[in-house]
Amino acid sequence: MPDAVALMESEPLAIIDGGCERGEWTFQIEPNQIRPVCEFLKSHRGYRMLSNSTVVDCYPSEPRFEVVYHLLCHDSKQRLRLKCKIGGEQPEISSVSMVWNSADWFEREIFDLFGIRFIGHPDLRRILLPDTWEGHPLRKDYPVTGYR
Amino acid sequence: MAELAIPASSRSLVLNMGPQHPSTHGVLRLVLELDGETILSAKPDIGYLHTGIEKTCEEKTYHQVITLTDRIDYLCPLTNNLCYVLAVEKLLGLAPPLRAQQTRVLLNELSRIASHLVWLGTHAIDIGAMSVFLYCFREREEILKIFELVSGQRMMTSYFRVGGLALEPPPEFLPRVKHFMGYFPDRLREYESLLTRNPIWKRRTVGVGILTKEDALDFAVTGPTARASGIDYDLRRDEPYSGYENYKFDVPVRTEGDVYARYLVRIEELHQSVRIVNQAAENMPDGPVRAKAPGIVLPDREKMKTEMESLIYHFKIVTEGFRVPPGEVYQAIESPRGEMGYYVVSDGTAHPYRVKVRSPSFSNLHVLPRLAEGRLLSDMIACIGSIDIVLGEIDR
Repeated sequence: MPDAVALMESEPLAIIDGGCERGEWTFQIEPNQIRPVCEFLKSHRGYRMLSNSTVVDCYPSEPRFEVVYHLLCHDSKQRLRLKCKIGGEQPEISSVSMVWNSADWFEREIFDLFGIRFIGHPDLRRILLPDTWEGHPLRKDYPVTGYR
Repeated sequence: MAELAIPASSRSLVLNMGPQHPSTHGVLRLVLELDGETILSAKPDIGYLHTGIEKTCEEKTYHQVITLTDRIDYLCPLTNNLCYVLAVEKLLGLAPPLRAQQTRVLLNELSRIASHLVWLGTHAIDIGAMSVFLYCFREREEILKIFELVSGQRMMTSYFRVGGLALEPPPEFLPRVKHFMGYFPDRLREYESLLTRNPIWKRRTVGVGILTKEDALDFAVTGPTARASGIDYDLRRDEPYSGYENYKFDVPVRTEGDVYARYLVRIEELHQSVRIVNQAAENMPDGPVRAKAPGIVLPDREKMKTEMESLIYHFKIVTEGFRVPPGEVYQAIESPRGEMGYYVVSDGTAHPYRVKVRSPSFSNLHVLPRLAEGRLLSDMIACIGSIDIVLGEIDR
């Protein structure tokens, strides 16, 4: 894939793994490289839209969180998925909201529902739940009650 | 939740618009800072409808999730059904039969028409045109009756299944659709004659709430809102699914990016949807509506009563669900509001490990302060209507 080649030349240490499954490209990115990688993909490879960003909780394995970014390039009609594995007691990763403004709310939603802090985010507050809510409900170890 | 900020200057006033204001289309709260009637800043506050659907999906089988997807967007449940079902089919590597695909396209475009009619009606009533609202709901009623005919439900249809449709459409379905399509374009032109060249309508919409192309890309705005700002991208044409590449239709694009341009784009989309529905209804192929995939697709009701194997499969699918090979997919489709995407992660069991709904209204609402800041309070009403938000979809 040409994007992978270009990315390897620009940020040689960024890609840990990559592959194409069911017609969708996924790159595993070194977490502390996410911001330069996103800046590069936006300015040099035409990925001008961050279509969404979310997290998969792989509890109980460690590092447990996989931050997922779905990018879209309108010119080549190409979609790209980036993934970063993070873990620890206080999971945190660089914010990409200065690369794409849309990441602002996506990251607030992740912070709200998964409790991941985004370094450099301008306004990291809960967005869907009240400020007084305890815990982060989309984590796999969040206690669920009720009928199953 | 947004704080009640202390006004920056002694002249400004903080006004809470919503969550029950009729023009906020659900429960959206806007914290506005006003100087007289001019909006200095606007902060959308969402979350009043948060139902935790993404979390609930993890507890259900793949089959049961379909009914949850209905409830995300109450104006086009079939579009949500389709997007989820396509994502699971992509995971399974399963292709539904041609007849099912074409019926899906037909119903999907009908629900786009129904959704755009609600948008047009409520947008018009926000700005002050009463009769368009009544006309639009009259037309939408007929579409809901068609949905009821095929699925037995008016709103929460849950009509699509992994591998096809829930039921064979009844014989009166296609004649009914053709009858509706016969008179609908004329009605549509009637609404246009009420609004498009109406001087009051134009004064309220032309040049109001301008969204630039750069902002639209930066905020991940999609759908008609983005196309009115000059982004020539439609998932039906550019990343076709369900055989959309076989239909002839145009993608309306405007460059002005104001409320009026968004109105024109959606009106033209209604005409294009009519074209697609006509093409789908015209040459509907014969054949089954469910793929041959025992263990995943429910067997025919009749066979279940006579064949032991069908009964066993039915029992197994309903009680424990079907297993999906591990992996992840992101399936995006063009909903009436923009790019709707389902990111489904499977760990190989009968329950989805993670379902993320990329809802178009969420990103589209994010850009609202950019549209309204510096303009009058009454322009805010026009802006909210023009981006066509559904709060159920924003909060999920």
